[in-house]
This record gives sequence, structure tokens and C-alpha cells, in this order.
Amino acid sequence: MSKDFETVIGLEVHVELKTRSKIFCSCTNEFGAKPNTNVCPICSGFPGMLPVLNEQVVDYAIKSGLALNCEIADYCKFDRKNYFYPDLPKAYQISQYDLPVCKQGYLDIEVNGERKRIGITRAHLEEDAGKLVHQGTISSTTFSLVDLNRSGVPLLEIVSEPDLRSSQEARAYMEKLRSLLLFAGVSDCKMEEGSLRCDANVSVRPYGQEELGTRAEVKNLNSFKAMEKAIDYEVRRQIEAIEDGEEIIQETRTWEEERQITRSMRSKEEAHDYRYFPEPDLPPLRISREWVERILQSLPEMPEKARERLMEEYDLSEYDAHLLTLTPDYLAFFDECTLYYQDGKIISNWMMGELNKLLNQKNMDIAECRIKPAALADMLKLIDEGRISGKMAKDVFEEMFETGASPEKIIKEKGMEQISDEAALGTIIQEVIDKNPGVVDDYRNGKKKATGFLVGQVMQATKGQANPALVNKILAEKLNN
Amino acid sequence: MTLSIQEVQHVALLARLNLGEEEKEKYAEQLGSILQYADKLNELDTEGVEPLDHILPVFNVFREDKVIPGPDREEILANAPLVEEGQYKVPKII
Amino acid sequence: MDLYELTLHELQEKLHNKQASSEEIVKAVFGRIKDVEAKIQAFITLDEEGALDKARKCDARGDFSSIAGIPYGLKDIICSQGMKTTCASKILENFVPFYDATVASRLKEAGGVLVGKLNMDEFAMGSSTEQSAFFPTRNPWDLDRVPGGSSGGSAAAVAACEIPFALGTDTGGSIRQPASFCGVVGLKPTYGRVSRYGVVAYASSLDQVGVFSREVRDCALVLNIIAGRDPLDSTCVDIEKPDYTEFLRDDIKGLKIGYPREYFQEGIAKGIKDTVKKALLKYEELGALVEEVSLPHSEYALPAYYLVAPAEASANLARFDGVRYGRRDFEAENVIQMFSSTRAAGFGDEVKMRIMLGTYALSSGYYDAYYLKALKVRRLIKNDFDKVFNDFDLIVSPTTPTTAFKLGEQTGDPLTLYMNDILTVPINMAGLPGMSIPCGFVDALPVGMQLIGKPFDEGTLIRAAYAFEQNTDYHTAKPDPGVM
Repeated sequence: MSKDFETVIGLEVHVELKTRSKIFCSCTNEFGAKPNTNVCPICSGFPGMLPVLNEQVVDYAIKSGLALNCEIADYCKFDRKNYFYPDLPKAYQISQYDLPVCKQGYLDIEVNGERKRIGITRAHLEEDAGKLVHQGTISSTTFSLVDLNRSGVPLLEIVSEPDLRSSQEARAYMEKLRSLLLFAGVSDCKMEEGSLRCDANVSVRPYGQEELGTRAEVKNLNSFKAMEKAIDYEVRRQIEAIEDGEEIIQETRTWEEERQITRSMRSKEEAHDYRYFPEPDLPPLRISREWVERILQSLPEMPEKARERLMEEYDLSEYDAHLLTLTPDYLAFFDECTLYYQDGKIISNWMMGELNKLLNQKNMDIAECRIKPAALADMLKLIDEGRISGKMAKDVFEEMFETGASPEKIIKEKGMEQISDEAALGTIIQEVIDKNPGVVDDYRNGKKKATGFLVGQVMQATKGQANPALVNKILAEKLNN
Repeated sequence: MTLSIQEVQHVALLARLNLGEEEKEKYAEQLGSILQYADKLNELDTEGVEPLDHILPVFNVFREDKVIPGPDREEILANAPLVEEGQYKVPKII
Repeated sequence: MDLYELTLHELQEKLHNKQASSEEIVKAVFGRIKDVEAKIQAFITLDEEGALDKARKCDARGDFSSIAGIPYGLKDIICSQGMKTTCASKILENFVPFYDATVASRLKEAGGVLVGKLNMDEFAMGSSTEQSAFFPTRNPWDLDRVPGGSSGGSAAAVAACEIPFALGTDTGGSIRQPASFCGVVGLKPTYGRVSRYGVVAYASSLDQVGVFSREVRDCALVLNIIAGRDPLDSTCVDIEKPDYTEFLRDDIKGLKIGYPREYFQEGIAKGIKDTVKKALLKYEELGALVEEVSLPHSEYALPAYYLVAPAEASANLARFDGVRYGRRDFEAENVIQMFSSTRAAGFGDEVKMRIMLGTYALSSGYYDAYYLKALKVRRLIKNDFDKVFNDFDLIVSPTTPTTAFKLGEQTGDPLTLYMNDILTVPINMAGLPGMSIPCGFVDALPVGMQLIGKPFDEGTLIRAAYAFEQNTDYHTAKPDPGVM
């Protein structure tokens, strides 16, 4: 950004855990229902209601912690974080203050070919708040509406060390974090649905200065792109302010997508004082080593391990292996395909090429893809057997993508099968030769290029389905006899 | 010992309680005398004493991750002072 | 004797022997209520129609097991489906829960007939029931005096024979103190013995639901119904629940009773000390071993309590914000104003005072000095009891420093009022079971004796209380509030 200033970023990431029910009550943890339909007196904070902890939530927290190389606490507890807001039904959020379930972890990122380890300070469990919808904008509205469907959705808040030095690194961190959590199977990590959310603590300092600069917390980062832009904007703003002799204030700012700026959120009428204290309604947790071990056993192969495996077993490039291990669905597709087809490199090429292209075009997820790994393998085999050409395969693949039909069926129905039958091709070629005596003479008189014309005629006669290699071979035989 | 009016005001804001001037003065005095009484605790040396935040020797109380549908929305909203489109209606935030 | 004068177990007998129907009992009870309620004012809500309807259904079914067909009341802090639950507060004046507290549903399922909801100090904050936002309840023994609190309505209604038993809640003495003032049996079980689900929270680490009755046997019968694990309350534990009626044995030979010297010091009325000491002699006479013990941190329990309880209350009562239920100020222009004016108008003085106190004790800069310090002292208090219980089965003390005081006598300085809790608060701080039983009179006002047990040993309390009751007749004395 600037030659004189170093950017320092720490990220606070909220991940919704994909349990069936909410963290403290039995309401469904489902996205997208009608307002206030996934609620009960507990998550609506009615008088006399008490929380009861969902065991799966703790399993997921431990799993996440292990995926992020964290220490898992053997003792932890919940605390009340007190503040008033219409979407917070109890006027306190049950969270973890001084004894989080996970602490001191890390993840490795790679930016411009350089590996870097980013520290994770802690990861703690808490409940989500509801949603407040403003009529118009927050500053011009006359009233707001409260929907509590999201109230009580289990969250894991993952706090990084201020180890990130650029928006690029921040993005790499988010991508890696997302990948790890997807692999751990604890969240679907959809930023657009809010199941992965991120706030960035951004500050700058002159190079060489040890002390951190005053930070701003930037919220409302709804996509990786928004996060990068917001960080870049914020860094610029802070540097300019400092260079103009202004002081940076510690504050919360929000990213305004339309205006592409961060804006100070009107300071609350009070200094924040959350008055944390131990939640008396929830007994503390003792997490035994056996419990952690059990979760460890259930943890699937993590992306880094998988990447090494792919490079070793299939001789893939690091880049391809990296892309194939971005999400567990991708890797699962690849792995399943290799059960039916040996050559991983070819599978990888098709996944990276055609499959990605089509998925991107349709803005689809691989999990929604109608082509199953076995079908891709079948198609690759058809190429190997010479029944379709590589060029035809692309059309077949597209059709498979659209309809989910098997490649066999597609080439049958569309009559797309390559003609590799020597006798049949021989007959057609003979006909072409007979029809073009002049060209044949040219060839025999040394004009070797004349075969091109004849091959073209054969292809035309077969609507392009003739196996080109075979055509060349038979034609040469016939002409040279 | 009495609390300052500023302190009372700050606490009242944190607790979301509108207080009249007279009330503020009354609470300043009453809170002050209770806190003074609470200072009696300082007679005790509690160095190294583990704070007792949970009286029961009970840990790991869980429920199974099972969905039980809640009551009808109408039932939940029946006690609400103001509802619109199935949501709680509140005045503007700022 | 009139039906309304009978105890729970006597009514059970009547029903079993078909000497009375549930409808007759409920009618008798409502007759009594009509006669005395204008003076006592124990109830916030009465449901005669609903009660009679339920009684007739019981009669039709003819099943009189457990408490089927027997009327009772609930402190108005216990949520009752379809029946207003106000906590004696304006902020919940019209709140009708669509769910039952676990204790309410257990009594309902056992066939009990809910008569109505009982007055209390607002949100259980008080020791006289004068803090009710609606009206004060009177002590049936002397209508100029308070019934105690916060469960004053429950105690007064049971004492005045308006109902045979009632549930209350006890955070720092709110069952035992009014039981003592009204001359009835009041039991606060061990923290974790009875579910708090659906009971509006005052101080979550201290609150416990318990029973008011006129005889010990009734208390055991009701505890049998309400005690035991509830999956909806994480602090209501899975510890084996005995049949409490098995402890109704007139035999305490060899029982080791300690009486803490700190509970008989100055500040406790002489008449009360003498009365309880006499009761201790009775225990000796009955074969118990009675010895003086020490609970050295007793005097710190009250100041620690008045930090811990308000701190929790400040969070528990934050949900009353006018958004989802209860009162709201519709004039407010923005949300912060709406919260603040709704709460200011909805809560009474004592409630606001405790919210302020608790907020302060938790606020930045004061947490360690006040709240955390109080939690450490709480540990010391618990350790005192643990130590005594290594050698003793039971601790006995007075329940209150004085007998019932007059209305208006203790409304000025909060600290004076808080002193009422000085003998009961330590038990909540240590999470122990405590019981108050009638043990005599001073100036024609009842005196209560407090029995304190080991965690989850309500059985021993019931046993000792029963033995005392069987060998004395204080429980048979009844007030005469006079008929209108």
C-alpha cells in the first residue's frame, strides 16, 4: 500500500455450526424460513426459560479446534455478555469469556508462493442473535422489525492473531479457514447465507515500529471480495489520515458496498461494558482426553494431507492438487472418480477444465452437479477406447452436465459414436477414392498433400465421426497399394 | 459513602433505566450505603480462594441434537406489544 | 372441622374414603377465600371456574391418587399456561404464558387443582410482600403485620387455610422467612433438586422452588411430586430421589445436630433465641446429640449475597425490554428510549435498586472488587458448612432475627430490610436444603426454627421436622384472621 507503512490485520470470524437444532433449544437450525417460525420460548427469551447445551455443538467446536491445530481446553464454561439490542432476546448473549473451548492454534497460508503461519488466538462458542430489518436505511427508518429465527444458532467465533499483513493474506487466511472447516464438516461456510462471517481489525504502523497502531474494526464484510476491498480502503484511509496528521480513533466501521467505503458506525450512546459473568444456568464443561481423541479419530483427511497424497499418487502439480483440495466435495469427486479410472492427471484436467467452466457458468456447486464421478470415468474410458474423440467428448460432457445422462446413452441417442470399425471405414474410404480419381492421381504423382482433401471427404461422409487416426492409416494403405 | 450522580447515570444507562433527578439522588445514597456494607468483605483475605461460580459438582449436561418444532408463531407473538408481518415491531434504532 | 381447614394428607384421606368430593373441597376453599381474602390479600389471580371444572373432572374420573382433586396455589413467579403470571410487577401485568413451569406441569399431571396465583414481592425481591406492585399481603396472625417475603402470599394463604399447600421460591430466604412469620412449614430444597424451568429467574445460581404446607407430611408429599431431574433445566440434577414420606418416622435417636453460635448472637431477638434453644432441648430429649458448632464466615454471607444476587438479577431482568411481551412505552422515539422508559415505568423501586446495584457490581473496574470478591467469599461460606457436615447430620438455627414486623416499618432503608435474610442467605449461598418449621410463639406471633441439611439430604430435614412436629403442637395452632 505504502512504502512507509505496514498493514496489520487480525480477523474475527463467526462460523455457524451445522447442527440440526439450535445451541440451547430444540428449534431447527435451518436457513431461510419465514420470520419467527423457527422459534420457541427459549430462543425468544421468554420469562423462566433456561438453556440446555446441544452436545453436537461441543463436538463440532472440538473438531474445529483440532482442524485449526488448537489446544482443546479440558475445562471451559459459558458466560453472559450483557447488552441491550432488540434482536438479542435475553439482553445477554451466552458466550465464552475467559475460558474458551479452543485456544492457541494456527493455520498456514500461501501467498505469492510463500508459506506463512497465522496464529489463532482462540475459538469460542456462542449463540447467534436474531435479525433486525430496518424499513429503509438504518438512519432514515422510522421502525424496525425483529425476526428471531437466527437467535440461538450455534456459532464458533475464531479470532486470529494480528499476523496478517495485507488484504491478500487476509483472503488467503479466509480461504484456508473455510477449506479447513469444510473438511472438518462443521459448517457449510456460505458467506452469502451468513454462515461464515468476518470482521477485520485493521491498523497500520510505520515499518520497524513494534507497537501496534490504533485499530478500526470493520464489519459487514459479506464476501471475500468485499473483505479485500474494505481492508484496502481502510488501510488507505488510515495512512492518509496519519499523513495528514490526524489521529486514528479506535472504532467500529462498516463497509458500504454501494459507495465502496468504510464508514464509522455512529458511536453508541455509551461506552461498551459487556459485564461478562459466569452463566449460572449452564454447568461447566470437562472435556476429557478420550473425548478429544474420539473426535480426532472422526476427523477426515485434512486438505494439506490430501494435497500431498494427490501429488504423490497421481503426479499432479502442486497447483492442481491445491485446487482439488479446496473443498471436501471437490476432493471427494476426484477420489471417487479414481476408483473407476486410473489416470488421476486426466481426471484432474477434466475437473479443472470443462467441469469448472460449466460450474462457473451456472454458478453451481460441485455437490449439485449432475455428473457423477463414475460417469466422468465412463466417458474417459470411451475416449481411451477410441469410441469418441477428445473433441466429441466435450460435447458429450456438456450434455451429461445438462441432463445427467450416461455418456453411453448420449452417444447412442445422438449417434455420436466414433466410427472405428476398419471394414466400415474401408468401404467409405474406397468410395471416396473411387469418386476422386484426379486427386488420387495427384497423390500418386507425389502431391502428398492431396490426402488432406480425401480425409476431409471421409469426415464429411461420416459427419465427423470417423476415427481420424484410423482414416489416415487405411487411406495410406489404399493409396500406396 | 455515596455514589456520584454521574456514576448513577452511567449505571442507569447500562441498565436501561430512565431515572428522574430525585431517583438518581436516592439511588446514589442507597447504592452507596449498600456498597459500603459490601466493603465488609474486604476484611477477609481471599488470596488464592477459588471463586465459586457453580455450586453443583456437575459437568457436561447436554441435550441430544434433535429438532422439536416450536409452538405456532401466533402463540409466540400473542404477548407482543406490537407486531407486523409476523415480526416484533420496534421503534428506530437511533 | 371444615374441609378448608384440613391438611393435604387429611384431604387425601377424605377423597379416598369418599367422605368428600374434590368439588366440595374446592368449593370449601373458595368459600374460605371469600371470607378472608379481603383481609389477607394473598392472591393476585384466582380461577374459581377453572378450579371447579378441574375438580369435577377429578370426581368424574374417580382417581384420587397423589394430589388428584386437591387445591393448591402457585407463587406468581411460576409460569402457568393460560393463566396470568405477573411476578407482582407492572411490567408483566398482563403476561399470559403459553407454557407451564416444570413444577406447575408436575402438579397438574398429578391431578392437583390450581386455585390461583399468589402475591409476592416484585420479582421476589423483598422480605415483606410490600414490594408487590399491586398490594401488600397481610399476616393472618396479625393483620397489621407483614407475612414476610418474598413468597408472602403463599405463606399467608396456607396459614389462613385458604389452600392446603402452595409453592414458593427461595433465593435468600423467600420461603423460610415467610413460613416462619406465618407459622407454617416451608421447605427450600437443595439447589438442583427441583427444576427452575418456567420459574422467572431472580438470581439463577440461588433460586429454588419449594413448598409451603401446614404439616411436614404434606411437604414430603409435594416434594415427591416436584423434585427430580428435568431435562429442561441443566442445573436440575440426576441424583436419585428417595420417597420422602419414608422419612416421616418419629425417631431421631442418635441424630447429630449442630447449632451455630454465629446464629444466636446479638441482632437476633432474645425471645426467638430462647424459643429455638427450647426446641433444641426437645431434640435432645428425643435422643438427638446437640452441640454448638461454628460457621465463622456467617457474617459475610449477607454482603456477598447482596452482590451476587443483584448481579445475576441485572442480567435476568434485562429481557423485560418491551419487545416480545409485557409492558411497553409506545411514546418513545427510538429503541434506547423505549427500553429505558419501559423499564423505568415497569419496575418498582426495589427492583430498580437491585438492578442498579448488580449492574454496578459487574461493571468494568468494579467486577473484581465486588462480584468476584463475593464469589470467593461464597466459597468460604460453603467450606464452613462442608466442615460442619463432616461431623453433623443437621444444623439448627432460628429462621429469622425477629418475628413478623408491621407494615411500613421497614420500607425506608434497604439495608434494614436486608437484615431479615441474615440467617437464611448463607444456606442459599451454599446451595443447601433448608426448612422452617413452627417452634413456638413470641408475643402471640409464630417463631420458626430453621433446619439445614447436607446437599440433597432433604430426607433428614423431613425426618427431624416430623419428629419435632409429632412431639409438639405448635403446628396445630391456627390464626384467626376473622371473617368479613
